[in-house]
Amino acid sequence: MSETSYDIVIGLEIHVQLLTASKLFCGCSTKFGAPPNTQTCPVCTGMPGSLPVMNRRAFELGLRTALALNCQIAPFTKWDRKNYYYPDLPKGYQISQFDLPFSSEGWLEISDPKGKIEPRRIGIIRAHLEEDAGKSMHDEAAGQADSRIDLNRTGTPLLEIVSKPDMRSPAEAKAFLTELKLLLTYLEVSDCNMQEGSLRVDANVNLHIPTPDGKIATPIVEIKNMNSFRAVERALTYEAARQYEVWQETGQKIGDIPKQTRGWDDVANITRGQRHKEESSDYRYFPDPDLVPVTVTEATVADARAALGELPAALRTRLEATFGLTPYDSDVIVNQGKRGVEYFLELATHSGDGKLASNWFQQDVLRTLTEQKIEIDQFGLRPERLAGLLQKVRGKEIDTSRAREVFAAMATSQKSAAEVMAELGIVQVDESQLVELCRELLAANPKIVADIKEGRGKAAGALIGQAKKKNPNVNPGRLMEICLELAQGM
Amino acid sequence: MGLTRDEVEKVSLLARLQFTPAELERLTEQLGQIVDYVQLLAELDTTHVEPMAHPVDIANVFRPDEVRPSLPRDEVLANAPHHDQECYLVPAVLGD
Amino acid sequence: MSVHELSASELIAQLNAGEITSTELTRACLDRIERYDDRVQAFLQVGAESALEQAQAIDQKRKQKQPVGPLAGLPVGIKDLLCTQGVVTTCGSKMLEHFRPPYDATVIARLKQADAVLLGRLNLDEFAMGGSCENSAYFPTRNPWDLERIPGGSSGGSAAAVAAGMLPLTLGTDTGGSIRLPAGLCGVTGLKPSYGRVSRYGLVAFASSLDQIGPFGQTAEDCALALEVIAGHDPHDSTSVAQPVPAYRAALRQPLEGLRLGIVREHFGEGLDAEVEKAVREALRVYESLGAKLVDISLPHAKYGVAVYYLIAPCEASSNLARYDGAHYGHRTDEKAMHKQLAEERAVLQAAGNERGLGQLDSALVRMYRASRAEGFGAEVKRRIMLGTYALSAGYYDAYYLKALRVRRLIRQDFDEAFRQVDLIAGPVSAAPAFRIGEKADDPLSMYLVDLYTVSANLAGIAGISVPCGISQSGLPIGLQLQAPAFGEEKLLAGAHLYQQATDWHRRRPQLP
Repeated sequence: MSETSYDIVIGLEIHVQLLTASKLFCGCSTKFGAPPNTQTCPVCTGMPGSLPVMNRRAFELGLRTALALNCQIAPFTKWDRKNYYYPDLPKGYQISQFDLPFSSEGWLEISDPKGKIEPRRIGIIRAHLEEDAGKSMHDEAAGQADSRIDLNRTGTPLLEIVSKPDMRSPAEAKAFLTELKLLLTYLEVSDCNMQEGSLRVDANVNLHIPTPDGKIATPIVEIKNMNSFRAVERALTYEAARQYEVWQETGQKIGDIPKQTRGWDDVANITRGQRHKEESSDYRYFPDPDLVPVTVTEATVADARAALGELPAALRTRLEATFGLTPYDSDVIVNQGKRGVEYFLELATHSGDGKLASNWFQQDVLRTLTEQKIEIDQFGLRPERLAGLLQKVRGKEIDTSRAREVFAAMATSQKSAAEVMAELGIVQVDESQLVELCRELLAANPKIVADIKEGRGKAAGALIGQAKKKNPNVNPGRLMEICLELAQGM
Repeated sequence: MGLTRDEVEKVSLLARLQFTPAELERLTEQLGQIVDYVQLLAELDTTHVEPMAHPVDIANVFRPDEVRPSLPRDEVLANAPHHDQECYLVPAVLGD
Repeated sequence: MSVHELSASELIAQLNAGEITSTELTRACLDRIERYDDRVQAFLQVGAESALEQAQAIDQKRKQKQPVGPLAGLPVGIKDLLCTQGVVTTCGSKMLEHFRPPYDATVIARLKQADAVLLGRLNLDEFAMGGSCENSAYFPTRNPWDLERIPGGSSGGSAAAVAAGMLPLTLGTDTGGSIRLPAGLCGVTGLKPSYGRVSRYGLVAFASSLDQIGPFGQTAEDCALALEVIAGHDPHDSTSVAQPVPAYRAALRQPLEGLRLGIVREHFGEGLDAEVEKAVREALRVYESLGAKLVDISLPHAKYGVAVYYLIAPCEASSNLARYDGAHYGHRTDEKAMHKQLAEERAVLQAAGNERGLGQLDSALVRMYRASRAEGFGAEVKRRIMLGTYALSAGYYDAYYLKALRVRRLIRQDFDEAFRQVDLIAGPVSAAPAFRIGEKADDPLSMYLVDLYTVSANLAGIAGISVPCGISQSGLPIGLQLQAPAFGEEKLLAGAHLYQQATDWHRRRPQLP
């Protein structure tokens, strides 16, 4: 059988740390990177007698995200305890949501500007709020007998987003994650920093294989420990191949064995089976008696929806419709985030040419940001000023390569395009001057004239360099036009 | 209906407790009696009764997202049975 | 009268009038504790030095004419289940033998703010699980009326300390009757406020949806005094209700003509001790003579109360007590011995080639949890954790926990219906006076049935009070229970006060040898 003779079925579970200042149930800071156990209190360490009180902002951020994911918002939601023992969970239970999550039944559209993936909706089963656990650290190499527990992260608000098993390839899974991350960034609900653990992905994957006896499904495997979207893509690719091999060897179908958890090893490029938990997972969920339910009115939902702002999908459409950008270009711009898009929009509006603005934004602005390792907010050349330059490019007052020089000078100063051009002595060359120059050049280069006459117009390009030496302000485009015309008449 | 000793043993792992065989024996009997007693509830038809998890009917209790001082670390660790300068220490957490 | 016979309210009046100093009063309490507590054993800890320091500070404040709080200088005892910053809070358990909370429970903070003198930690059934105080991991408290008998529980120490005149005022907690039952059995007045009336922050949870903190004193007036201090909304407790705190003491004197007193048919059935029934009926006659109207009512689901309670409370407890696992605080097993034991077990299994056994052998972490919890908890606590874990586990949740929550609503609806007809409900607190220590030790179910008259109030979240209403032939106190709708404490206390104005049962004191 060839590799494409089965379907890969992928569902994702994403944990997102919400951007609150304090934890979900207490006033401890959520700041990353503090020394161990310096951001804890009786509540988040589960001290006897302590009680949780819900952070309003965490709920609001959750609501905002769920709405952006087109979820239904439950008018009544409650908090449940998920009971299990682990040293990074000091209460012995995690406060989460079980049977009445605050949101469910949404979707997120994925597409690929390069056209490799058909645009389609990936279903969201639910999004719910829960508290994070702490960290346990174990240094086996150092021969440590004990694990060390840091509870700083304990109680940080998490939004768990569970997708439907709607993805059919590792590339689709990656596209989903990329789009989700972009959305979360636009919503300003999370910093989505995977290195710091503010975005974590687990994947459930199995295969649907057509056989003469009908389609069979292989056992579902949950993959953990994927630390980048690339790792997710690679892990899923590996896992699909592995499952196919195992199926060929054993013929195991879903239900034949218990659900397996495998960890991705990013160095060895393989997934490894993880030790089974000490017991079958019986979490004994029940409503947390220490917290009261939350009711959400239609008015609240309407307000939250109205405050969402323009989200990536809508923005792409607008950029394409308003400025005639290609899906590829609109995607690159929207991927720069809200601030980037704002920059582009101003640039496009002030310059009066969306496509030109798109080119300059993508090539020059973004390159400069990368070179200088700065964010768009920190970029000194603001869009109105840059638009002045673009207008001159549009008006053919300056050619692109000279405009780049001006751009570089503008980026390190507060000067206008006109000022920089004056300093660099860039003035538009008078048409009669230009004709005179062309005559001189052609006269000095009979070989080129001959080439042009024989239809090799490109040969005229060699004259540009010579022309620039004589007058750096010549517009190469116009120069070429005149040279071709004159040569024909010689 | 009661409980079996096996069930009780399984629950003891779930509850992270351990019992001697004699204790398990007694516990199986005692829990069985209690479970038999609470079967009393089965005679009530509660199909249309909403569960009541809270004795007070309040909702939407929130706190503002404000950072408050955390406890000094030495106070946090003061009650820990085993700790180093920074962390709680527990027998090795393996796997997962 | 000597100071130990005076009520908290009378003592506050004397303190305010300068007839007695807090230091004198505190010393008098300490002397009495010194003299009697080796037999009563109400205290787990007596903080004599710190109490005297507090007393002196308050005397100083009074002397300097500085404003003082409503409990200024009054010694108050605390059930050892309420976290007090820096003070060992054992919960009557070996598990927390050395636990020093880094924070104050809200009620403790309020007592401090009211200038009370915190004197001592009172004994209880371990984690408040029990009705006799025999389940304390340290020692059983004895009933001051008969030292061979239980004081009731779980707040047995809090009731006994007041009954023995060792303290004028104490705090306890009530999850299924843990204030009202010992108050009744010790002949003192004990109030369980409505759920949400007093903050639970810092109350070490047994069953969160049932637990409530309340006072013990000699009189309803004492309870009113204490409730004014401890009641009120607390932003640290999501389940505390944002309702203003009435002036309970002032409300004691509200006219109660035409008070409608509900008599629950089901309360006077089989199993009720004849002497108790007689005393309660006599109390009802007193009410009638004071102008109250007795109304026959029914609480048809009352008989399910104990079953509902012994599902909901253990379920919540199994989760609340999961935090005691030896990892972050509390008792941890001897790790060296544990590792040795595990290695031996492994060796035996290996020698026998028992692969399955090896696969099931606990990891060191799981063994640490299991051993620490097995050593740190007493039998009753383990029994309830097991019961709750079982009832919440896969396959049983609907039949037990969820079913119990549904019947809980029926019980609440019974009360709602009843309180449409009556202002208060009156009846017995317990079916019989105090039993002998050890009498029910081997029979958990019969012990659970002791809570028959009290659990419903916790399930429904309503208020209840126990007031002394008689003495049995063998010299044991009998209690009358009054119940009021949620947040009906004013009428409840006024009703109890009315009775105490007309009787002197609450003035009777045991003869301590």
